[in-house]
Amino acid sequence: MNLNLDLSFYSWDLISKFVLKGFYFSVILTVTATLGGIFFGTILALMRLSGRKILEIPAMIYVNGMRSVPLVMVILWFFLLVPFLIGRSIGAEWSATITFIAFEAAYFSEIMRAGIQSIPRGQVFAGQALGMTYGQNMKLVVLPQAFRNMLPVLLTQTIILFQDTSLVYAIGAYDMLKGFETAGKNYGRPIESYLLAAIVYFIICFALSSVVKRLHKKIAIIR
Amino acid sequence: MTMNWQWEVFLQDPGGKYPTYWQWMLSAWGWTVSVSALSLFLALAIGSLIGILRTLPDNPWAVRFGNAWVELFRNIPLLVQIFLWYHVIPAMIPSMKAVPGFILVVLALGFFTSARIAEQVRAGIQALPRGQRYAGMALGFTTPQYYRYVILPMAYRIIIPPLTSEAMNIFKNSSVAFAVSIAELTMFAMQAQEETSRGIEIYLAVTALYAVSAFAINRIMAFIEKRSRVPGFIVAGGVGGGH
Repeated sequence: MNLNLDLSFYSWDLISKFVLKGFYFSVILTVTATLGGIFFGTILALMRLSGRKILEIPAMIYVNGMRSVPLVMVILWFFLLVPFLIGRSIGAEWSATITFIAFEAAYFSEIMRAGIQSIPRGQVFAGQALGMTYGQNMKLVVLPQAFRNMLPVLLTQTIILFQDTSLVYAIGAYDMLKGFETAGKNYGRPIESYLLAAIVYFIICFALSSVVKRLHKKIAIIR
Repeated sequence: MTMNWQWEVFLQDPGGKYPTYWQWMLSAWGWTVSVSALSLFLALAIGSLIGILRTLPDNPWAVRFGNAWVELFRNIPLLVQIFLWYHVIPAMIPSMKAVPGFILVVLALGFFTSARIAEQVRAGIQALPRGQRYAGMALGFTTPQYYRYVILPMAYRIIIPPLTSEAMNIFKNSSVAFAVSIAELTMFAMQAQEETSRGIEIYLAVTALYAVSAFAINRIMAFIEKRSRVPGFIVAGGVGGGH
């Protein structure tokens, strides 16, 4: 082993100048994509469970299409297509945000579908017997229970999403990894910089997944 | 909106190693397939080993080691892991400098996926009734013997569905190799798009190749599942997920 790392390179200066900006973007992208993905994912899941071919088939094509293409390719597609469709450039960060919402909607919709299907039929019938409309039944009976059942899976997907935000590298958006990379280049210390990036990602993701595990146990006991 | 296609872009000469773009694309597809296939073998080997370690009875250190392995490789983004293998490890271990980038990416993708496969192997083994293990012990099998003859043959059958999605994931994840300039499909897409500015045709073709590959893997695994089915044993699938 030939270890001559310069650890004095790790300083608050480095973090505040280069990494924080990227970290904020990674977090904002994760939160936006999670919320947007859950919103559109729920719509897609309801379309697939609607029993009407005209809604089911487009949703199925969308979800399976997104899931069979690498995220990097989807990022590149949107970066190419969005300016083409709206006629002006919107920048890598906005393009990444739109991409992640559209991409994660497909994954979240599968989680939603499984969650909704985990609710016993009797619950739906009970809602109908009370005279609820489809919308009321979904909103008041099915979705609240479904959300609770799938909360651990949703949060795990969010951690994966946080890791995946590093792929905006493909279009040069400034996320946390880019922050570390830029710092490494500026100080001429790329190796220490990549190492620190790995450690920071690990700490964040490990802490979050431990929380999810604990939550999972808690929910499992109550049920 | 009208779109004038220019599919003849694939017949142009990129002015490099390959006479036309479509030949370059096929070669890139070959790289994608090689990276994915080699990584999958590596991930299956290490993932099985780690997964088995995590289920060994009366061996807390093996279990701890297995758990630590899974946590380590699951909680760092793949792109960061690729950078670690590509930039950090050769700088720290001089003998790794001679290793070509292609191998480093295979190692990165293989180790990353091994954590997910280890999780599934563990789940598969633990899904079996305890009695199977005890039956093997009662017959006088040693631990390696009852794993080999009793537990693993059933456990692997149980985890074919999640392994299928993992095999498809590895194909998709191989696209991340673009970041260290491996000449695979995504790299081709980015370069050809820049050179020809016919991005839509190029991306469509590349996307179609990815989709076709994913579908092919799905069919191959379905075939394996069908051929390996044990009559009368209904497998319960559906462990794992993610992308």
